[in-house]
Amino acid sequence: MTKVKTQSLHKRESTLAQSKRQLEILSNGIFQNGELPTFAKKIGETNQFPLKAKKLEILQINVGYMCNQVCEHCHVDAGPDRKEIMTKETMQQCLEVIKNTGAHTLDLTGGAPEMNPNFRWFVEEASKAGIIDFIVRSNLTIIRANKKYYDLPEFFKKHNVHVVSSMPHWTRGKTDKQRGEGVFDMSIKALQELNAVGYGMPDSGLRLDLVYNPSGAFLPGDQMAMEKDFKKALMEDFGIQFHNLFAITNLPISRFLDYLIASENYEDYMYQLVEAYNPAAVANVMCTNTISVSWDGFLYDCDFNQMLELPVNSKVKHISEYNEELLEGRNIVISQHCYGCTAGAGSSCQGSVA
Amino acid sequence: MQKTYYDPADLRKFGKITEWSEELGNKFFEYYGKVFEEGALTAREKSLIALAVAHTEQCPYCIDAYTKDGLQRGVTKEEMMEAIHVGAAIKSGATLVHGVQMMNKVNKLDG
Ligand code: SF4
Ligand code: SF4
Repeated sequence: MTKVKTQSLHKRESTLAQSKRQLEILSNGIFQNGELPTFAKKIGETNQFPLKAKKLEILQINVGYMCNQVCEHCHVDAGPDRKEIMTKETMQQCLEVIKNTGAHTLDLTGGAPEMNPNFRWFVEEASKAGIIDFIVRSNLTIIRANKKYYDLPEFFKKHNVHVVSSMPHWTRGKTDKQRGEGVFDMSIKALQELNAVGYGMPDSGLRLDLVYNPSGAFLPGDQMAMEKDFKKALMEDFGIQFHNLFAITNLPISRFLDYLIASENYEDYMYQLVEAYNPAAVANVMCTNTISVSWDGFLYDCDFNQMLELPVNSKVKHISEYNEELLEGRNIVISQHCYGCTAGAGSSCQGSVA
Repeated sequence: MQKTYYDPADLRKFGKITEWSEELGNKFFEYYGKVFEEGALTAREKSLIALAVAHTEQCPYCIDAYTKDGLQRGVTKEEMMEAIHVGAAIKSGATLVHGVQMMNKVNKLDG
């Protein structure tokens, strides 16, 4: 069993559960008094303001904020107590879009997407649409959380799903500190089971990628070097194989923002992000080719904006009125959290971008 | 007046040393950057060496910087502590090995 470390900000009734409060923090203090430039000003320096959406490539759907874990730094503020779950009706609307989209990637996320009661039906239907890359973001422990999930590796295989899973470190201590006691052992077991059905093997078409995000107030190291270290350690210690590692920067929102403030790291972290700002990463930030759909069908530039309740700047607001041409070229809604996407080699749900 | 000799925020201003001597400052940073690139040693190994030296030099800025650098590279706290022990062992060894000089001198003067 895993032991959850904490409760969601919503459950704790923290003021930071309100996106308005988070946005205030991100606009006040060091950004208000000019100590650091706002993101708009910074991208303006290289004439990249306003940031505009290009052709859609990735359709990311968040099927609900419920999760079996309560990771310390979750940007979704997910947990067992979150009741926001996508209904079958909204899934139907998504399926219409999936059938007609020009996007090559479909990316299901959560919470733990597998906890949505209609998850399997949705995957079965969506997999018929012929999308090239069909990703499910699985937190791994869900596969071992309950008997009813034990067959997930087989289920993923049957539908040729590309599994992307979080792994903060190759050591037990660092992983459990961030994600809860027992998470490391369960994740290792789940990875071994995914390997056993063919996921992550060198020549296998069954793709298994890992996501690494730092366990504290620091930025991720070089993605390729980290991948090498992860591969070596997981192979030597547990015989585990996987394809690629995506190094993702923690964005200063939700529970990670709460952690930064509580540990008195907020200002230093924002300085780190701004100092590591890389103008070359701006052109490829994921909002430029992604649409994020929330559990209730509303459209956002990315999963982070969804959590900050910053809807797309477009006439089209909901999946029921979806129109890819109208969404193209829209101005992206930005704030200072965006610095998380442009630090160093850049960061997206697919890892580095620059 | 500033009350302490060291201010953590000064580390952020390190780059400004070029303002008062541009050529030398730039040459230093160019050299520094090159040293830490992946070479015969990995960048990770170099980071651990830097951490150990930061301690033997007792530079608070470098300690902060290379602790964070290590975390970014996935270095564990056990690895960091072992690296510092290497530095400490060399420091103490370097102190003690001079004991031989003391012994030589005693033997010469009072042997
Ligand atoms: S980070 Fe992922 S696994 Fe952890 S609580 Fe959030 S959604 Fe769940
Ligand atoms: S946080 Fe979202 S909107 Fe901002 S740059 Fe990143 S992907 Fe784009």
